[in-house]
Amino acid sequence: MGSDSKTVRTSKKQRADQAASADQPGQLPEHLQNQQQYMTCGDNLNYNVSIGNSAHLFSALGIDNSWSHKKFQRDLRVAMKWVKGNDMEFDIIGIDPAIANALRRILISEIPTVAIEHVYMVQNTSIIACEVLSHRLGLVPVLVDPDLLKDKLVKSGQLVWLPNGSEMPEETNCRFASSQSSLLGAEGARLVHDDILLAKMRPGQEIVLEAHCIRGIGAEHAKWSPVATAWYRLQPEVVILEPIVGSKADSLAQICPGLFTVEGSGPSRRAVAGNARQHEKQLEKVRRMSGEEEWSEHLQLRKRKDHFIFTIESTGILPPHQLFLRSLDQLAAKCDKLLEHL
Amino acid sequence: MSATVATGADTGVTFALEDEDHTLANSLRFLLNKNPHVSFVGYSIPHPSEKVVNLRIQTTGEISAVEALRQACQSLKQVCEHIKATFEEEYQEHLQQAGGTDTSMADREAVGT
Repeated sequence: MGSDSKTVRTSKKQRADQAASADQPGQLPEHLQNQQQYMTCGDNLNYNVSIGNSAHLFSALGIDNSWSHKKFQRDLRVAMKWVKGNDMEFDIIGIDPAIANALRRILISEIPTVAIEHVYMVQNTSIIACEVLSHRLGLVPVLVDPDLLKDKLVKSGQLVWLPNGSEMPEETNCRFASSQSSLLGAEGARLVHDDILLAKMRPGQEIVLEAHCIRGIGAEHAKWSPVATAWYRLQPEVVILEPIVGSKADSLAQICPGLFTVEGSGPSRRAVAGNARQHEKQLEKVRRMSGEEEWSEHLQLRKRKDHFIFTIESTGILPPHQLFLRSLDQLAAKCDKLLEHL
Repeated sequence: MSATVATGADTGVTFALEDEDHTLANSLRFLLNKNPHVSFVGYSIPHPSEKVVNLRIQTTGEISAVEALRQACQSLKQVCEHIKATFEEEYQEHLQQAGGTDTSMADREAVGT
């Protein structure tokens, strides 16, 4: 909370409340609460972008800012917005950007999937170069449950004498201990999409190849990333700081139809702000207007700093809700790994 | 993973977290910062192509730096567990309300888990 926070406008009511609420024990005065909860989107600058996290931040006010799991449990909310095929959107309210970002990063780069890793080109007389084609093949999502290819414990008692020896070709130097049909079930391994264009060929050209898949994570190569992308944004809110009445309310409702509506009638009719999330195309307009002379006293666009709108677009290998659960498991596993070494 | 004691006392320790990055380090920094017995916490990644994070913790003396890190790990695990439980509950509720219309999802669940 730097000195720039002073330049954020507050309404007359807010300023009047500051003195009153400061007296209540255990609760931040309203202006500080607003600074902690909301980022204000100014005309050309955002205010109160960071969150004061230090345990001692408000000790001068007698307020404890240290971590409390009870408080976290009480405040956390998750709201599912939509699930369509491979995509989903949901809200998480009451977490810090550090946690939200950790989950987003894990989704992109640390959840294992199966992708093509080795391509053995037997013949390629087409226009597309072998290395380019191999790279393209690597990026095709492969529909195999990555858990099935996890490392398994092998004990000495499980060793079996193979009288017939290797049956695999010498060229690849790759030998399977058993058929994978039992491992992968009746459906076997297939591709998520059957219609991805990989190469175009002229008559007489041929491509003969064998591709081998292995398990990996997005941190090593993006082809293993289980998501097309995963991102979050903050919940927007439009606030009317000072009442907008009369003809001014009419013109506001006309400038941003839907977002602002006029309530009441006669000269005391006033503008009311609707749900900012449902009118996202108009929010940039509100941001610009909040810097204009006419509206700057009245309008404010702000974003709730602990309300994350998470969107996950799966590549189709795993359903998006499972990906999110796996990212949580992954973060907990990181803690376990560190705890083991302490 | 290795831990290096940078100062003489166990109240100030720099941990070198191997094979980790911002994902874990920033989450731990957030929770350690929220611990009233921690006077300083910060992390840095000395070089982007080296997979190591240096996490510096200094405590006020009531607890050791190792204990502070242990508490932060446990808190972060609790956070994950709680988000998971809340998310799963909400997801099931959403499926029931939607009447299981999203068939592609249901198909994958039968195969996947």
